[in-house]
Amino acid sequence: MEPQFKAIADHALLVTFADEINEAAHATVIALDKAIAISSPDGFIETVPALVNLLVSFDPIITDHLLVEARVRACIQNLKTQKVVGVQRHVQICYEAPFAPDLEAVAAMEGLSTDAVIRAHLDGDFQVLMYGFSPGYAYLSGVTQEIQVPRKPAPVRDVPAGSVVIAGSQCLVTTLTMPTGWSIIGRSPTPILTGNPSHPFLFDVGDRVTFERIDLATFERLDKGTAHG
Amino acid sequence: MADAEFSVSFAGPLVTFQDAGRPGNMRYGVSASGPMDRLAFDAAHAALGNTAGQTAVEISLGGLMLHCKEGAVTLAITGGDFVVEYAGHKTSSWTILTIRKGDRLAIRAGKAGSWAYLAFAGALQSKTWLDSQSTHSTSGFGGGALQAGQSLMVCEAAIRDDRLGEIPKPDFTHKGPTRVVIGPQDQCFAKNVLERFVSGEFRVTDAYDRMGMRLSGPELALDGALSIPSEPIVRGSVQVSGDGVPTVLLADHQTTGGYPKIATVISCDTDDLVQFRAGQTLRFSPISPQQAVHEARRYLVQKTQYLEQISVARGSLEQRLMRENLIHGCVYDE
Repeated sequence: MEPQFKAIADHALLVTFADEINEAAHATVIALDKAIAISSPDGFIETVPALVNLLVSFDPIITDHLLVEARVRACIQNLKTQKVVGVQRHVQICYEAPFAPDLEAVAAMEGLSTDAVIRAHLDGDFQVLMYGFSPGYAYLSGVTQEIQVPRKPAPVRDVPAGSVVIAGSQCLVTTLTMPTGWSIIGRSPTPILTGNPSHPFLFDVGDRVTFERIDLATFERLDKGTAHG
Repeated sequence: MADAEFSVSFAGPLVTFQDAGRPGNMRYGVSASGPMDRLAFDAAHAALGNTAGQTAVEISLGGLMLHCKEGAVTLAITGGDFVVEYAGHKTSSWTILTIRKGDRLAIRAGKAGSWAYLAFAGALQSKTWLDSQSTHSTSGFGGGALQAGQSLMVCEAAIRDDRLGEIPKPDFTHKGPTRVVIGPQDQCFAKNVLERFVSGEFRVTDAYDRMGMRLSGPELALDGALSIPSEPIVRGSVQVSGDGVPTVLLADHQTTGGYPKIATVISCDTDDLVQFRAGQTLRFSPISPQQAVHEARRYLVQKTQYLEQISVARGSLEQRLMRENLIHGCVYDE
């Protein structure tokens, strides 16, 4: 599909590469995001990568939709065909009680043992698709087919920060205590909000993620040093 | 300069610390936050002679009561038409006054407006997150919400007698329907639904907070598919949920979402919009992207002029009396 350009109010342009989620469109979004960051044209404020499109926000005092569109078109023309390789990130996860209240339900739904569910989760090929919903909420693609379960009919309240939750092909590590309808299969002591001013969020969109299993004792030792949020 | 200290006797819900906000983090799921009414916030600082964008308190309809424990400081209150009571006096927002040790200050909902700003001639202390003290209300990150019993510190608190009195309200903002640029997901709506959106009257519901303002009015049925791939959202996005109900997303909006956006409110019309209250009605008027950019530029010129005008100190009471005497003198001389 040819990229589509839509004006948003006086200060942004939405560049869309597909109507439905697909890997090629997302790869193009990530590549364009990088290309714009490198060329940093006059008046650009920020870009927001999503699943099939990229938001380009700009200062209307300095530039306008047509000028921005021309600059973005030029970036698209020069895009290298090879995919941008994301950085490999590591996230530790404890699958033990009381951190995995839905592990058995997922196993029952899929006719697997809980160990098989854990192995399947660790086998996932995870990539950061986009952030949304809340600060640091990174949607990861790549949950293996055999443990793709639907959302629950109703959300569960007060799910603690650090919970690792799955729904369909997506997985995320929560950063705040909040309700979720996704299945809770573990808890991570790895802070996504790092607290490091020079790198405040663990992932960039496009990064690859590997989960590493830890036991309860290791979790408790690591989590003491971690304050989520 | 000495510090001034207040204790919070009462704070309604959503009374928060806000500075100019933290733009540039939407890619990490963080909206810019900052004041709901950016013009009123900027006016409070300009009228005090402060540097733009310093931390202030944003006051919701719930109101705020403070008790000055130490020191003294000049402060500005702007936004909407709120009731201000201090040290036995009663006035309304868009005023500058000085509060001293032992004085009480109450700011509460008045005849109109949803948000007021309290700025100090000094540095208001609160927690910083990602280089900003703005409160992101859904996470609580940043300066945070004010709580009864908490103390407020204003460092290097100044008394600025030459700035006391009423602040002229801005009179250059757009009157009439809220201006929008249609889209970016207008293709999700049938033609007659788009017509209903621009011809219909909408009412602000009480589902209104820093994240967004839900409206009631003509149903905006989606054409076909219920969901689109999650897409970026901006301040001013008018998203329509599956039941045909529009919500204008505001300062603490989610950064992405799967509901189609029928239109986006232009940036210079959001400050007036946020001052609406539940029950008030509004209409939308579509303009082209080119017109929207033109309006943004015109608005900045007018806003800059206005802020410059109100930032000029009017002189101390003594100086102002002198000036009046001189003027009277001239009259007598003739």
